Amino acid sequence: MKKMNVPIKITDDKLVDLYKEMWLIRYFDEKVDEFFAKGMIHGTTHLAVGQEASASGVCALLDVEDKITSTHRGHGHCIAKGATADKMMAELFGRTTGYCKGKGGSMHIADVDMGNLGANGIVAGGIPLAVGSALTAQMKKQKYVTVCFFGDGATNEGSFHEAVNLASIWDLPVVFVCENNQYGMSGPVKDMVNVEDIATRAQAYGIPGVVADGNDIVEMMNVTDEAVERARKGEGPTLIEAKTYRWKGHSKSDAKKYRTREEEKEWRAKDPIKRFKSQLVESGLLTEEKAEEIRLAAKKEIEDAVKFAEESPMPTLDDLLTDVYA
Amino acid sequence: MMREITYLEAVREAMSQEMRKNDDVFILGEDIGVYGGAFGVTRGMIEEFGPERVRNTPISEAGIAGAAVGSALTGMRPILELQFSDFITIALDQIVNQAAKIRYMYGGKGKVPMVVRTPSGSGTGAAAQHSQSLEAWVTHIPGLKVIQPSTAYDAKGLLKAAMDDDNPVIFYEHKLLYKTSSDVPEEQYSIPLGQADVKRKGTDVTVVATAIMVHRALEAAAELEKEGISIEVIDPRTLVPLDEETIVKSVSKTGRVVVVHEAVKRGGYGGEIASMIAESEAFDYLDAPIKRLGGAPSPVPYHPELEKAHAPQVPDIIKAIKETLNKA
Repeated sequence: MKKMNVPIKITDDKLVDLYKEMWLIRYFDEKVDEFFAKGMIHGTTHLAVGQEASASGVCALLDVEDKITSTHRGHGHCIAKGATADKMMAELFGRTTGYCKGKGGSMHIADVDMGNLGANGIVAGGIPLAVGSALTAQMKKQKYVTVCFFGDGATNEGSFHEAVNLASIWDLPVVFVCENNQYGMSGPVKDMVNVEDIATRAQAYGIPGVVADGNDIVEMMNVTDEAVERARKGEGPTLIEAKTYRWKGHSKSDAKKYRTREEEKEWRAKDPIKRFKSQLVESGLLTEEKAEEIRLAAKKEIEDAVKFAEESPMPTLDDLLTDVYA
Repeated sequence: MMREITYLEAVREAMSQEMRKNDDVFILGEDIGVYGGAFGVTRGMIEEFGPERVRNTPISEAGIAGAAVGSALTGMRPILELQFSDFITIALDQIVNQAAKIRYMYGGKGKVPMVVRTPSGSGTGAAAQHSQSLEAWVTHIPGLKVIQPSTAYDAKGLLKAAMDDDNPVIFYEHKLLYKTSSDVPEEQYSIPLGQADVKRKGTDVTVVATAIMVHRALEAAAELEKEGISIEVIDPRTLVPLDEETIVKSVSKTGRVVVVHEAVKRGGYGGEIASMIAESEAFDYLDAPIKRLGGAPSPVPYHPELEKAHAPQVPDIIKAIKETLNKA
């Protein structure tokens, strides 16, 4: 037996829960992919298949009071921060039982009560919001921490620079998590950023920058634990770079001409869920049978979510003009 | 208790009184600390409220606008001072794509109670990038409210209403009005958003004017009175929501209307007001085409005479009024 090297806060039960959560994220997005292919959902969507470890690993260290801001590729963050698949699926189906009553869709799922301040359709748009949320915590002397998820592409936006600088000068309790999935839509990170590691950009703001294997949930938990602790103690922000890969295209219309199938194969071999399962089995927390049971339970939960969504009511035209103003 | 104070003092007093009452209200902006803001609006406030609540920021309009939105979404009631309203260009993603839409996108959950205070207008010789009147841009965005006070009294009461509002409100202060004075109650009071003010009663022509143009319209009205022409001057005070009723009622009475603002005429909010009148029952009462006056279709120039020529002046308003009366 090899004991897993995880933060003290993470119990054995939590580890098993996280394994299921990763499957929920995977199956949710695969189901959405299927529905888009079949033309059953309209609009567009961005899938995080292959990036489950960063969403789950980071949010594992957060409490309900803690907050996150997310991105256009945000379904995994939502699930990891406590959103339920049924209300998320209902949102994608445009139903009134969805998180946004069918008004937001894939790119705007939010659950403010659970600390999810929202996905965001604007690249880097959520970074200043996270800083504002952290400012509230500091001014109201509340103990919560805000985690800000964004992609590699967002670090080339001015908002990233302005927001990280603000968080740094004010020592705000925020953790910046850059999920470097190697591409900003079709733009390879190596062509768009002239440093090897995005984490080194932290130096420019006088804050710690940490590179982590974004496909290893255990490493993600450990680096997040340290960053969250630092934030809670009032020592300021940290920039974590999670190196990962999105298995699917940027959005539903992507023919993936900008990368090779070989590259995709290499990254699929680093499947974060498979990897976590091996770690759990090696440490004696799961048997192969139990793992299979959990996987099937997650799959079933997504199927139930679809059923819930399909059976939920559509909005009426009267809803068009509600919720514009508070 | 009434006493005369300036528009600038009225804005400061509205903020200070609210901040004494409500710990969730704070100001952030560039040079608003010991400097007191580019126009001196926050002078003395950091001494009273401290650097946490009168938060001097780096020059980062996008970042501070977003920080305001994020703090509003999580329970604060920020007032963002944007040093010049021209700089809203840099903050617009956070105002337009985030603040204005969050509540709707989230299906009615969450709210963004914030006020963006920002000085606009020409007349200070600051030229093209520090003199614009861009309010029409934000009126176009559902989810935002837009205010343009023209007097010290209105500024104090409207700012109180803006701070009490649970939505993002853009509050345009006019630089040339900062030093103007009027009677203002010492105590707090609120002017409901969406309530126009008839600044002068009249019977022959309605002039709908905003911000500094209210004063020029009143001057024009005083001149024309000498010629026996009676002008009604309406100040909408808030562009969103707009008090359509007061305007329609007045135009239905006078049958003639001139709409005047400082912003460039093309695409300006005057077009919206004119269309609203044309679509209303007032159309049947019109005895002359609706007239619009606005800024020239050029950037605001530096030279004082050119700068003056860019925006409508009193003689321009008099001329437009006479044209609607076929007396030009």
